[in-house]
Amino acid sequence: MAVEKFKTIISRAVPLPIENVDTDQIIPARFLKATTREGFGDNLFRDWRYKNDGTINEDFVLNNPAYSGKILIAGKNFGSGSSREHAAWAIHDYGFKVVVSSFFADIFRNNALNNGVLPVVVSEEFLARLFSVIADDANAQFRVDLDAQSFEIVATGEKVNFDINAYKKQCLLNGYDDIDYLLSIKDKIERFENERV
Amino acid sequence: MSKTLFDKIWDAHVVSEIEDGPSVLYIDKHLVHEVTSPQAFAGIEKRGIPVFRPQNTVATPDHNVPTIDQHLTIKDELSRFQVNTLTRNCEKHGVTLYGLNHPFQGIVHVIGPQLGLTQPGMTIVCGDSHTSTHGAFGAVAFGIGTSEVEMVLATQCVLQPKPRKMRINVNGKLGDGVTAKDVVLYIISKVTASGGTGYFVEFAGDAIKGLSMEGRMTVCNMSIEMGARGGLIAPDQVTFDYIKDKEFAPKGAEFDKALKKWKTLYTDETAVFDKELTFDAADIEPMITYGTNPGMGTKIVSNIPALDEIHEKERLSFEKSMNYMGFKAGEVLEGKPVDFVFVGSCTNGRIEDLREVARFVKGKRKADNITAWIVPGSKQVEKQAYEEGLVTVLEEAGFKLRQPGCSACLAMNDDKIPEGKYAVSTSNRNFEGRQGPGARTLLASPRTAAAVAVTGKIIDPRKVL
Repeated sequence: MAVEKFKTIISRAVPLPIENVDTDQIIPARFLKATTREGFGDNLFRDWRYKNDGTINEDFVLNNPAYSGKILIAGKNFGSGSSREHAAWAIHDYGFKVVVSSFFADIFRNNALNNGVLPVVVSEEFLARLFSVIADDANAQFRVDLDAQSFEIVATGEKVNFDINAYKKQCLLNGYDDIDYLLSIKDKIERFENERV
Repeated sequence: MSKTLFDKIWDAHVVSEIEDGPSVLYIDKHLVHEVTSPQAFAGIEKRGIPVFRPQNTVATPDHNVPTIDQHLTIKDELSRFQVNTLTRNCEKHGVTLYGLNHPFQGIVHVIGPQLGLTQPGMTIVCGDSHTSTHGAFGAVAFGIGTSEVEMVLATQCVLQPKPRKMRINVNGKLGDGVTAKDVVLYIISKVTASGGTGYFVEFAGDAIKGLSMEGRMTVCNMSIEMGARGGLIAPDQVTFDYIKDKEFAPKGAEFDKALKKWKTLYTDETAVFDKELTFDAADIEPMITYGTNPGMGTKIVSNIPALDEIHEKERLSFEKSMNYMGFKAGEVLEGKPVDFVFVGSCTNGRIEDLREVARFVKGKRKADNITAWIVPGSKQVEKQAYEEGLVTVLEEAGFKLRQPGCSACLAMNDDKIPEGKYAVSTSNRNFEGRQGPGARTLLASPRTAAAVAVTGKIIDPRKVL
């Protein structure tokens, strides 16, 4: 089935300089009762966005009107913990297309890629640079070019390249779907089953 | 060419490779639960395709089930709908389901091994990160997201990049009163919550070989908590004895045939790992976590690290964590009062864990300030606990026995630790809000949990024995 194609993005970014942001923070378990993929954005970072009495936590970055954009920039080991794909759905549904960190938990990275959210891995130094750029100017723009595999601070032209395997890159750029691919090699899978000892 | 145990299993399951891309990996056993599967079943229905190999798929509700009155209709509307959706999907697609009132129902990672579904050399996946548990049998088992659940339902394969390989050796003999949970909490405290990312970990060494199957499952279960894709342990006689005579284990000549194959599952002597770490069992003592990720653990008798022991870059996260826990850097842990004790989960909800707690609390009484919940990992564990008289012992000690499920480990149902309260839990995650909004979790072994229940405060269990 066709999925959304990933286009070059020029956007502001939201900084979240916390390490080890686990998927229980991204979407707490009590919101996993839905049986569809839609609507999880409302509860993205629920317990950080809202106080326990349900009122808005104005200290949290998503509630700060100074920050917005399609890019989330987070501390290292983003998406650790539970395999819940609801975390990727929540990030996508909220409107983020790119998450930048110095590294991602394995399952989250796969889940993000399978939902059109691009995880961009940068060095710890560049990550620190990004946080300082946003601290100086909350309106700073960033350019994410998947085809060129580059992430750029627009105002200064500072640019870094990021890794992504060629297969996943083509999937994102062209809106290809893994299951369509697997279904296309079904005869190979059946042959594998028959030839196993 | 010499190979690691992981390579042997992985390579035997590669259907094909995509150039500069992932492998197409064939899956022997697909375990399914109610929370991460409905969107996957909906996906294949939208494509108009059936479950490709329903006979390799087994389902049970565990995450979102109540742990009291399981014979009644589930009260929470959304939970009921989700559990019923699993039932409907399994009926429609011919998938075996162990529903709420079936004698095989339980936490998916407890029932797989217990029923003999989990076997050496298999590839096993489930839409749950603690699928790593099954690695204790010498299987390549790992958690997947819902899109990947859909892939496996549709084709019995997943697209996966091959992880790098790490071996963690724990040499020597464990001290008295030190358990498998202490071993894994110790390892994670050294490796950190992210140090295993990108790796599949083989656990080896005398201290690992000396563990029971239940202990090995506890260790592999928490390999994900250091970020590893999964963990595994080479099968040996302990493994084979555990599997023999289990419900779905091969029988008679079939077992002998399987055994011959299982005995080839070990890392060749000259095989090379991308990373190798070695620990001395003698350095391991009863452990507890004090922070908000499983890497933030220490010996129970130690203090919380002082601020100057924390790397400058990590101080912001550390202070946020201390603030959440209501602790101060450098504080003594022992003696701090606790409110709840939770014994259960796929980490420590097996019969051996219940026996351990029962042996410890027999003839004692829980402290007045403690609410103690004990949640068996499965209907079979529950039945065994009754038959062995453990339930009587636990109830006499003031523990509340609940019915099987994931329960307060992730608090999807009503089993929540109240805001600000401290819970010593035998589960696997101490994340903020994991056990309920505002709940403060300290991870420890069943033995430590029992000692805390009896004394009402954080204590090294060796002091109570």
